[in-house]
Amino acid sequence: MKLQQLSLFLENRPGRLEAPLTAIANEDINILTLSLADTAQFGILRLIVKEWETAKRVLEQAGWVVNLTEVVAVDVLDRPGGLAAALKILEDAGLNVEYMYAFSLRRGDKAILIFRFEDPDRAIEVLLDKQLHVVSAEELMSFVP
Amino acid sequence: MLRELWNDAEGGFHPASAPDFLPQTALREVQLRRLRAVVARAYEHVELFRSRLDERGITPDAIQRLEDIQRLPFTVKTDLRDTYPFGLFASPMSDVVRLHASSGTTGKPIVVAYTREDVEVWSEVMARTFAACGMHRGDILQNAFGYGLFTGGLGAHYGGEALGATVIPISGGNTDRQIMLIRDFQVTALCCTPSYFTYMVERARELGVDLRELPLKIGIFGAEPWTDGMRKHIEAEAGIKAYDIYGLSEITGPGVASECCAQEGLHIFEDHFYPEIIDPETGEALPDGEEGELVLTTLSKKAMPMIRYRTRDITSIITEPCSCGRTIRRMRRIGRRSDDMFIIRGVNVFPSQIEAALLRVEGTLPHYQIILTRSHGLDQIAVEIEVTPEVFSDKIRGLEEVRKRLAQAIEHIIGIRVELRLVEPRTIARSEGKAKRVIDRRNEGS
Ligand SMILES: [Zn+2]
Repeated sequence: MKLQQLSLFLENRPGRLEAPLTAIANEDINILTLSLADTAQFGILRLIVKEWETAKRVLEQAGWVVNLTEVVAVDVLDRPGGLAAALKILEDAGLNVEYMYAFSLRRGDKAILIFRFEDPDRAIEVLLDKQLHVVSAEELMSFVP
Repeated sequence: MLRELWNDAEGGFHPASAPDFLPQTALREVQLRRLRAVVARAYEHVELFRSRLDERGITPDAIQRLEDIQRLPFTVKTDLRDTYPFGLFASPMSDVVRLHASSGTTGKPIVVAYTREDVEVWSEVMARTFAACGMHRGDILQNAFGYGLFTGGLGAHYGGEALGATVIPISGGNTDRQIMLIRDFQVTALCCTPSYFTYMVERARELGVDLRELPLKIGIFGAEPWTDGMRKHIEAEAGIKAYDIYGLSEITGPGVASECCAQEGLHIFEDHFYPEIIDPETGEALPDGEEGELVLTTLSKKAMPMIRYRTRDITSIITEPCSCGRTIRRMRRIGRRSDDMFIIRGVNVFPSQIEAALLRVEGTLPHYQIILTRSHGLDQIAVEIEVTPEVFSDKIRGLEEVRKRLAQAIEHIIGIRVELRLVEPRTIARSEGKAKRVIDRRNEGS
């Protein structure tokens, strides 16, 4: 039920995002979603792609430092209150969220939330128990053309 | 018994290593004889040296015992600049078979000359260096020191051949090809600067080549100071034994001193290069064991003898016998060079101090650079560090903690606030020669 997320280190300078994205686009790797977290000095680019092994190898060979992290995807209705309801469940269960980001799928009325939990296995148990829909890698990748 | 030692069998010593095992009394006799000859030669042929002795009212006959060397004046780097290009030569150009030059940081380079005999001695001491590092005839040596005016490439080349190794004269650079040849040619020994090898290890990892699985077993590194932490990193990552060697162009190039299998200090090939340790402030000779500046005298150099040359390198002499059996004395590894030191807000700082702090936090030494700037009349120090897989985290907080820990470790040692910047891998310039650790921009602009 867990997804592999690639993270890479970027300096916070204009144009830094382009090079890694071009490198993986050249390999015909589809990016499902990405998020950029940054501070004044550096940034972390987080990517969820279908062919993550290839992407990791390509990026590392091009010299980037790449980190592989397990994250959990949950889908909620893409309307006001959908996110809040999910977060409430996590909070009540005392699950520690390191960070999260969200994106909408091009079709359907669902939004996907990506969570980085301290303990992803326990989080999945709680989510399933609370009847939330944890999206598997296969399911998620079926949305990629 | 000694003859057995010199057998070039597995685990034995190469015949070239014989002088490493001379009894102390015989060694001192050789040194005194050669010292008297070289002082006489310099007095006769080098005007600068002769005038300095005349000023002091002494002649070469003043050298009756080895200790009398202390009566002679020092030679310093600026003497080579002032007499550029050939002013310190003691041989006519018709006897000089080779010139090398080192890149001075400013202005003219330093020129050094060799007669055929000088080249032979240089080959011998480099063969002794390789033998001390456990190499034998039959080893395949990839020589990644730069060939050219720099003494590293050709010095190691001639020494490797003198030992009977198979030398691959690849020179520095083209790292992917270096890695390909290490694998395809089944290279067993490699020499280059430690910072370049660190880069090679990093590049091999990116290419998916595990150096530990290859026949490469011996690494011989020199031309810049490096730390024990860097050694441990290199040895673990590449599955080799990493040896420190020492030399400088003014004296001969590489081949002045080398570690042995014990890796506890560098044996000085003192039958050719006579070492002294002095107090760098007063110039007074210090007893063995005390730390000070290394001063070297070339005992057998013909084309360009150096008498009491001040190396600016800080070390001490170890007199205890070495477990390898060599009788020539050792010096401690050179951790700092008085040249590398910089002064910021009145505090003397050595790059090695910053390295020690980085090592303590990261466990291995990352690529780093020290940048000095001046803002509103106040000196600022920034340290740029390339992010490594070991410290990278997918969490902002994780990276901020690393940054804070690194900055605090440095501040703790040097006592000055530093700005610590994490930078992308391979953004700090790699040199295939020596790593440039300090960029001083304090006198630029404004
Ligand atoms: Zn030894």
